[in-house]
Amino acid sequence: MEWMRQLLSGNEAVAWAAKDAGVRLGVGYPGTPSTEILETFGALDGPAQWAPNEKVALEVALGVAYANARALVTTKHVGLNVAADPLFTAAYTGAPGGLVIVVADDPGMASSQNEQDSRRYAVAAGLPMLEPADSQQAYAMTREALELAERWSLPVLLRLTTRVSHSKSVVQRAAVVSAPAPGFTRDIAGRVMIPGNARPAHRRLREKLDQVAAWVETPGCGTRLWNAPHAAVEAGADGDQAMAKTPDVRRPLGIVADSVAVLHAREAAPQADVLQVRMVHPLPIETIRRFAASVERCVVVEEGDPVMVEACRAAGIAVEGKAERYRFGELNVGRVRRILAGEDRPESRPPAGKPPQLCTGCPHRIVFNLLRDLDCIVSGDIGCYTLGALPPFDAMDTCVCMGASIGVGLGLRHALPPAEARRVVSVIGDSTFVHSGLTGLVEMVYNPPPSGHVVVILDNQTTAMTGLQEHPGTGRNLRHEPAPQLIIEEVCRSVGVPQVVVIDPIRERERLPATLKQALAEGGLWVLVVRRTCLLEKTRQQKAEGSA
Amino acid sequence: MKSYNIAIAGLGGQGIIKASDILADAAFRADYDVKKAEVHGMSQRGGSVNTDVRFGAEVLSPMVPDGEVDVLVLVDASQEPVNRHRLRPGGVPLHPELLAQLELPDPKTLNVALLGLLSARLPLPVAAWHDAIRQALPAKVHDMNVDAFDRGRHCGLEGAERASG
Repeated sequence: MEWMRQLLSGNEAVAWAAKDAGVRLGVGYPGTPSTEILETFGALDGPAQWAPNEKVALEVALGVAYANARALVTTKHVGLNVAADPLFTAAYTGAPGGLVIVVADDPGMASSQNEQDSRRYAVAAGLPMLEPADSQQAYAMTREALELAERWSLPVLLRLTTRVSHSKSVVQRAAVVSAPAPGFTRDIAGRVMIPGNARPAHRRLREKLDQVAAWVETPGCGTRLWNAPHAAVEAGADGDQAMAKTPDVRRPLGIVADSVAVLHAREAAPQADVLQVRMVHPLPIETIRRFAASVERCVVVEEGDPVMVEACRAAGIAVEGKAERYRFGELNVGRVRRILAGEDRPESRPPAGKPPQLCTGCPHRIVFNLLRDLDCIVSGDIGCYTLGALPPFDAMDTCVCMGASIGVGLGLRHALPPAEARRVVSVIGDSTFVHSGLTGLVEMVYNPPPSGHVVVILDNQTTAMTGLQEHPGTGRNLRHEPAPQLIIEEVCRSVGVPQVVVIDPIRERERLPATLKQALAEGGLWVLVVRRTCLLEKTRQQKAEGSA
Repeated sequence: MKSYNIAIAGLGGQGIIKASDILADAAFRADYDVKKAEVHGMSQRGGSVNTDVRFGAEVLSPMVPDGEVDVLVLVDASQEPVNRHRLRPGGVPLHPELLAQLELPDPKTLNVALLGLLSARLPLPVAAWHDAIRQALPAKVHDMNVDAFDRGRHCGLEGAERASG
């Protein structure tokens, strides 16, 4: 029963692997396409919790791993920026318990503000990174990543993409293992990163990476070869010799690929040899060199940035890459066919579908209608309410990253002439406020613009955009059970905001415009907490009560 | 063994992802290799939603390449123009209007009724479909959805008879 085949998404497969491998704590912040990992882990009775943001999540997980227990962090690509500070130094300290950071990239930006390529983080921080192509590999590589993290006492990154996270495929699970007992071993020189300790720690990191770089060249570790009837590159010494001695039987086409691009490439070119790069950092460069030498033409097929192709060329391996146009958006079988054909003419654009919009009856609608009618300059943020930028509202002027609404709004207030400055409003959601808005609010109190400022917190009592996840302000934990609640208006008052007003936009329909107009006209520092539970969240709660 | 490429298209809130889960699970229960692709996120807010389900002896890419869809299931007719290019030559669009004469137990079961219509074209046993429906939906709506599926399937089988007769 335990090992029967299952049809799982990549995210679900990671959660099952965490469960089967005895992960002591899974922690993260919701973000498409990573969100379902912790939700599933929690549903499997795994210890899972939402942190206020990814930085805190990684720090908590690092503590778990210092305590010699297995830890899993989940984040979307941009969340790794938030967690980058602990990430880079955790690479120096390492952690004995096994720390795996799952980062889900979003090439094509199905639901993101950029399409940054997290493989660069592995290179920059000096951490191993594994890349599954489907759910079975996501399951296996999560477990492998935990084992490698323990083996080298080094955090390991597992990179998913939207297609790997959200596609379902067949998974066969492996034996369940029980985790070792947690315990603390003092290692002040290894974990207190003052310069005198950090200097040798940096050398230790590079020594560990040298060991990983040797490991990736071991047959079956850093690479996997598909579709090659002749002697396999990774078959070890025999295969190597066969290839070295028989240059006359070079096959016409070889493809080096990672992540889901491996599957696109195998389908696009069934006659080609495909070398799957399982670990993209450290890159199995010598295996790739042998592979490239075994074929007439070697093409690197990778989504996003030319990470592998640049590394190959720097190592003196003659490979073809993709035309610049294929850096943008995700790959698919059709685009890989074009890459292999050297096709660089403009691609036909798929017809545009119906764009998303704020739900009918969404309380945010009232706020954006008002902001538009008052001709406000709106510094926006990340969430459902970013849709306020679209018609019929057109009531958002900037959206950069989690929490930026407050800082950017303050900057606009500082620089604009008074008449314009007084029109600036920052708009941020409740979950986003807890994630990254708190420090912006402190900045507002510490360095107030001459015209004052107005922050509107759209408090719909959930993280709606990613599918109704809890956060510290909802008073419920990841499993939707009661938890201590962060009272947003009290936090605002306690950091020193003089005018904090809580308004129900439906019941107090008149009060909302009156208060906003007053705040804009009077100046001074204001926070308007516009509180009304998301309609979808209400439905979720009713369903939960119904089934309880 | 032939591989099957099915695309389901509609709008957020119409049960597109649920329908693709049921189709993928039915193929899975019939012991095929199966892959299903979709995009979450902004699609939840009433926008276009597309999912691909592929099954056969071995499926590689989770996404059906453009021009290779065998059957395009349209839960919302408005989504045909933006998905038409995905059909292979001879590929079939299944419109919701095909079920216009059908009395559905609930308008919400349109997605499942369209799966019934689709099922007439696929080599999957009815039991696998019924089990997949029960797996995907809460118990209190099982009968209603199995009923909607059966009506859609009946409609599809009749259509196939007419076409061949």
